[in-house]
Amino acid sequence: MRELLKKFAYVGTALVLVGVAVNSCQKQATKSGISADVAKQVYVPPGEYDEFYAFLSGGYNGQIDVVGLPSGRLLQIVPVFSVDPHNGYGFDEETKAMLMTSHGFIPWDDSHHPELSQTDGVPDGRWLFINANNTTRMARIDLRTFETVEILEIPLSGGNHASTFVTPNTEYVTAATRFAVPIPQKDMPIDVKNFKGTLTFIKVNNDPNYDKNDKMEIAFQILVPGYDYDLSHCGKGPSYGWCFFTSYNTEQASTLLEINASQKDKDYIAAVNWKVAEKCIADGKYKEVPVTYYHNYYDDKTHMAYSKVEKSVKVIDPKDCPGLIYFLPTPKSPHGVDVDPTGEYIVAGGKLATVLPIHSFSKMIKAIENKQFEGEDHGIPVLKYDAINHCEVPKPCLGPLHNEFDGRGYVYTSCFISSEVIKTDLKTCKVVDRIPVYYSVGHLMIPGGDSRKPWGKYVLPMNKITKDRFLPTGPELAHAAQLIDITGEKMRMLLDFPTMGEPHYAQALPADLIMDKVWKVYPLEENKHPYATLSEEDAKVVRKGNVVHVYMTAIRSHFVPDNIEGIRVGDTVYFHVTNLEQDWDIPHGFAIYGAHTSNILIMPGQTKSIKWIPQHPGVYPFYCTDFCSALHQEMQGYVRVSPRGAKVQLRWRGGGSDWKTG
Amino acid sequence: MKKLLFGIVVAFGIYACGGGGESSGGGATEQTQQTQQEAKATSSGEIEIKDTLAWVGPEGAPVKSVELGPLNQELAKKGAELFKLKCTACHKIDQRYIGPALKGVTKRRNPAWIMNQILDPAFMIEHDPITRELLAEYHTRMTFQNVTKDDARAILEYFRWIDEKGTEP
Repeated sequence: MRELLKKFAYVGTALVLVGVAVNSCQKQATKSGISADVAKQVYVPPGEYDEFYAFLSGGYNGQIDVVGLPSGRLLQIVPVFSVDPHNGYGFDEETKAMLMTSHGFIPWDDSHHPELSQTDGVPDGRWLFINANNTTRMARIDLRTFETVEILEIPLSGGNHASTFVTPNTEYVTAATRFAVPIPQKDMPIDVKNFKGTLTFIKVNNDPNYDKNDKMEIAFQILVPGYDYDLSHCGKGPSYGWCFFTSYNTEQASTLLEINASQKDKDYIAAVNWKVAEKCIADGKYKEVPVTYYHNYYDDKTHMAYSKVEKSVKVIDPKDCPGLIYFLPTPKSPHGVDVDPTGEYIVAGGKLATVLPIHSFSKMIKAIENKQFEGEDHGIPVLKYDAINHCEVPKPCLGPLHNEFDGRGYVYTSCFISSEVIKTDLKTCKVVDRIPVYYSVGHLMIPGGDSRKPWGKYVLPMNKITKDRFLPTGPELAHAAQLIDITGEKMRMLLDFPTMGEPHYAQALPADLIMDKVWKVYPLEENKHPYATLSEEDAKVVRKGNVVHVYMTAIRSHFVPDNIEGIRVGDTVYFHVTNLEQDWDIPHGFAIYGAHTSNILIMPGQTKSIKWIPQHPGVYPFYCTDFCSALHQEMQGYVRVSPRGAKVQLRWRGGGSDWKTG
Repeated sequence: MKKLLFGIVVAFGIYACGGGGESSGGGATEQTQQTQQEAKATSSGEIEIKDTLAWVGPEGAPVKSVELGPLNQELAKKGAELFKLKCTACHKIDQRYIGPALKGVTKRRNPAWIMNQILDPAFMIEHDPITRELLAEYHTRMTFQNVTKDDARAILEYFRWIDEKGTEP
């Protein structure tokens, strides 16, 4: 695979060199394969807005990039599973609870597949979900604040990869085990044949009147054979009520999977009928399994995250729930599974296959009705391949991974090994166009391209390798996305831009579905933070034994209090800073000398807290870290720290007041 | 302006392909000159204000006039609460703080001007000559504190109460 990749890169480089030699003026056009008039398609003039919000996962940085399309401009980075020194997420006292798990506080994870909430099968701009692949979790981001507001740990799982994919009205979000594990976890010899997998359905509270953020709960988990469940998508239209999960390593190899998990010609897509699952739950056909997992959520009013510790889940064994799950044989170690906008075609990324398999949902239903089974696997019926397959696109490309749809009857497939995107007619199964991408594309995304109504204007392949595309930055190079116009018969390359971390999947939708709902401030009147200080005259310092709470206000351009004395070595000091501004885009920052933490960035009307354990006597400055006004440099103060046991009186001043004592 | 910008970009493209770094520099200069001219026109067009008590604010400000009835203690009390929550971080009644002391403000300024200042300080900084002078003196841009027109009216009533009665309502 590597050799082949190199070959492609060499051919590409040779072409570029020829182009340069012939005519230096055409260098740009030759190197990127674009025509000169594409600039106006991606140029968004200063002060004007992009047409789409795109959300790219950050992969191993645990974040999400918010990018404007078509410009490719980075608008924001949303921390989800990783602590963020930029704004204090996971460092400040309020959000630490967001990263709590049954394994303790975890400052990092690998965020993979973002998915927008949907109503009637169309992205609605309310929420964005994303999975943590490593320590299995799922998060919900509120698109009014662009903040992570909920994280749910997925128990009985290993490697939550086939996640997060929603049902058409966001009834459920999926999760699944990429790595089979002992279920429940226990000390036992390493042998995958004795392990299991789970497919998890998380119920989402869609009631618009329920304004708290503990909206997700695990509805049920389905116990499945110990294969690697890789990706997922749920049905829509006629296939509403079903979700599909790819699997590989049906060989159940425990070691050297590179070879040992590629033995069989076909693995499975698991087709799950979640309506049947609901019925089995209602009929009591499940087991309540005791297991500990965390459910963390952020309260918009107290500006604080809370953890609930859950103690059990409902697990369905397919043996007890007939009609719940069927295996669709699919070549070969399939990666993505993608359902077209009509809900009829189930397209697999054949990965190691020489064909692109497309299954038919209506044929699948007929095959189930007619009992066209080739047998059972661990008690799960396996449907006959010929009975469910719509077609195999012959020799599509090398290493097909993922598929997105334009809503006009075409599927766009990313081909990792041959570094290209191909366009295939779903009905005729003919490849009608192909375009090279640079290089080694993983996921690709069309705005709404996995929904019932794609906005089929662009496709955005996300490439794992960039090599010679940008100025070199040492051994590590950024990954990159490329924007391709898909409105015409032929795909047209428009733009390259580097991306942060490793974007796996992405989602996008028209900007007007989000921009008018975005919060500009946290209303001061609604601030119910237990340590909020809503007026300068209420600012104070309170000692409780060795713990000192500073109730502090910030506004352009001063803190109250800004002088504090009477702190002693051995104290733990909490600064609770309330930003009294009510104006958009005026955060204040806070940092203090020697703090074992990041700064905090406090939004208008918000309260955030930072912990400080001074180590040595002295007088230590603190200051505002976010340039907020012409007098920002003056936004500073001092804390006097006396030796352990000193008798210096606790007192403070600020805002023009004399010294006050508690 | 949009057309002009676009013209520059096209010119850029052509020059760059001809291999002329200098020519593209010329395009940038042209753009800068245009911006400077616009700025001059704005600053020279400022209005001089003789009677600050009659001046409600420039065209386009949210409040044109205010009808003042007899002093309303309930309204003034509501205004006092809002003032404490949203204004006291920068304003005190009796002394200069981040912004001016507000005692006597209703004797210096038109009630509509006071409400405009509360409701759209960004607009006032851009267009109102008095506000620009205040910014030059105090250096800190006054901020909109997410208040409604009714809230601003209540805060105005609080200032009136202070100025008429000399006490808190």
